[in-house]
Amino acid sequence: MGQTRVIVGLGSCGLAAGAGKVYEKIRSLKEAEDLDFKLSKTSCSGMCYREPLVEVVDETGWYLYGGINEDIAVELLNSHVANNNPVKEHIVCTDLYDTPDSRFFRQQVKIALRNCGRIDPENIMEYEARGGYEALKRIIDENTDPRSIIREVTDSGLRGRGGGGFPTGLKWKYTFNHKSTEKYVICNADEGDPGAFMDRSLLEGDPHSVLEGMIIAGLATEATSGVIYCRAEYPLALKRLDIAIRQARERNYLGKDFDISVKEGAGAFVCGEETALISSVEGYRGMPAKRPPFPAESGLWKKPTNINNVETFANIPWIMRQGAAEYARYGTEKSRGTKVFALAGKIRHGGLVEVPMGITIKDIVFGLGGGIPGDKTFKAVQLGGPSGGCIPAWLADTPVDYESVNATGAIMGSGGLVVMDETTCMVDIARFFLDFTARESCGKCTFCRIGTMRMLEILVRITEGSGREEDIAILEDLAGQIKESSLCGLGQTAPNPVITTIRYFRDEYEAHINQKRCPAKACKKLLRYEVDESNCTGCTVCARNCPVSAISGERKEIHYIDQDICTRCGICYLKCRFDAIMVT
Amino acid sequence: MRVERIINKRQELVPGQNTDTGLLDGVIRKYSGKRGIMIPVLQETQKIYGYLPRETFLRLSEELGLNLSDMYGVATFYAQFRLSPVGRHIIRVCHGTACHVQNAQGITDALEETLKVADGGTTDDGMFTLESVACLGCCSLAPVMMIGDETYGKLTGKEAVKVIKNIRIKEKKLPI
Repeated sequence: MGQTRVIVGLGSCGLAAGAGKVYEKIRSLKEAEDLDFKLSKTSCSGMCYREPLVEVVDETGWYLYGGINEDIAVELLNSHVANNNPVKEHIVCTDLYDTPDSRFFRQQVKIALRNCGRIDPENIMEYEARGGYEALKRIIDENTDPRSIIREVTDSGLRGRGGGGFPTGLKWKYTFNHKSTEKYVICNADEGDPGAFMDRSLLEGDPHSVLEGMIIAGLATEATSGVIYCRAEYPLALKRLDIAIRQARERNYLGKDFDISVKEGAGAFVCGEETALISSVEGYRGMPAKRPPFPAESGLWKKPTNINNVETFANIPWIMRQGAAEYARYGTEKSRGTKVFALAGKIRHGGLVEVPMGITIKDIVFGLGGGIPGDKTFKAVQLGGPSGGCIPAWLADTPVDYESVNATGAIMGSGGLVVMDETTCMVDIARFFLDFTARESCGKCTFCRIGTMRMLEILVRITEGSGREEDIAILEDLAGQIKESSLCGLGQTAPNPVITTIRYFRDEYEAHINQKRCPAKACKKLLRYEVDESNCTGCTVCARNCPVSAISGERKEIHYIDQDICTRCGICYLKCRFDAIMVT
Repeated sequence: MRVERIINKRQELVPGQNTDTGLLDGVIRKYSGKRGIMIPVLQETQKIYGYLPRETFLRLSEELGLNLSDMYGVATFYAQFRLSPVGRHIIRVCHGTACHVQNAQGITDALEETLKVADGGTTDDGMFTLESVACLGCCSLAPVMMIGDETYGKLTGKEAVKVIKNIRIKEKKLPI
């Protein structure tokens, strides 16, 4: 008879939802009552919308409980663990029968995320038990030629998962071809894109797969050391990387021939760009440099350097173990394998999913994501963060692969997928991203530095109701110029959100400019607050809370909002308990 | 010079604060003679003081051979570094895409009004610093704010204000 296991998901999202307290509660109860079960930790399984998650594995099967708090945890222990009586109403998934949430896992193919949520990331033995470091050991035992490793990666069709989509095998080959006594492998974990969290989850959930991928890359490119450039905003990922590196050194996977160090990024979006990242690792401002020379020739400390993203590295050990052909089985002709997406925004099942390339946007949003909450209408998805674009609902049949996504004007990016419904204003979204890129522009190229600022000013003006007729044309003109005259990816892609929203939602821009109206009712300055006379009870709450005294009316009489004074702050709308404030 | 002007202004704001640069001994020992140290040195300095005081620039520059203007360049380039002291509690309101579409601005607005500080500012009593951050990575709990290590999810402006008030009440009960 196997011992019952209780596993608590302790990723950042789980901890934010209160998983730490749940874990402590279970631990203290186990000790206090001397219960017989094995308690372990794991990381994010991707089902963020059900956090905190607790798994119970006993001889009857596997049960995943969701939405657990301390009280439910006690109930779980008493009922399920102590008396073999599963608490049905909290079961999210089980291998015994289908639940509404089963679909979430069934449609996924987990390669990069193969261990996330399955192992304790702080224990190297659990990684090894699932085939970890096998690929590396085989390469070392068989003394595999670097060229054959590179060929295997090339054959798999793996392309850079950080956004660019450059074939990984080819990149390795370039670095291999540049001979030097000092060479570097860098892992780009500077996930600055707002709305993307797959790299963080991978580092928190399975740091060893990234390390193994880097070591293999090191052997293939004949590199002498590795650097992981990770955001300082990810304290848990940094801590787990530290533990993983220490354990890998103890087992001699890392050490004298090839060692890895971690550099904490200090918060600059532009450092996701290769040359800027190198400059930052060297300790300077993260300003991009002109290419060529490419990092493969002259990178960190002017030595040949190979840079890949976290997810790319996590795929490598799997490819080396299962073979290129097995990986290439998934995906489309030109985009092989799987891609991890971070689902967020107006979606029921937000979280982390890994799907074969070529799946349609509709399948992701409605199949895996469970659709839009409330009875709202699906309007668009934003793919690729500030460098990406909006894909409208009527293009939801677009397959997700590099070429098809690029054809819509968006980019695959690192995989942030933010869903928007009818209440999201597309002009406001464009303004939001421009605000981000204008602030993050490093300032080196004039068009990026000043052009994004000018575009932002125009967008702000439009959302505030002072848009001019010629504004759309100016935006389009500026967008083209910024794209052409910027050195790095940040500037070249910064106008994308504006270009795509104008292309697909021109009518919204026109409504803002010509009719001073926001169709999504999101741009505050364009709204009009009025009292609904049939609902107003004259309770005076709105008048008392109005910061500019725009509301007048006697007690128990219908109130009135003076539109000339009203600043459209919306406080009256929030404060009214009788639904008597209308927004038009 | 821009450095002088800004730093002088800051020091007037915090009267009577003397920086003990002796605390930097460890950092200097650890990084002396190495390359690519500027960012980690500033990060560790900030860990010690909570921000980067003027005196630390001078000492680090002298003892580690770092160029003062390069240091200032780095400190102002990256979002992580601060040149002025922060409050005891740093409120980080997430403005990532997911939080933005779920009205993160409403939270910042409500907090700005309650705390009477602008985004990035510190309250007069030195209790709170209000910050907007790009993404905390808890997108499924949007909108989110983080105070210390505690994350608060699925917020409204009203709830955010309540959290702040509770912290104020708790602090007042603490013996000084």
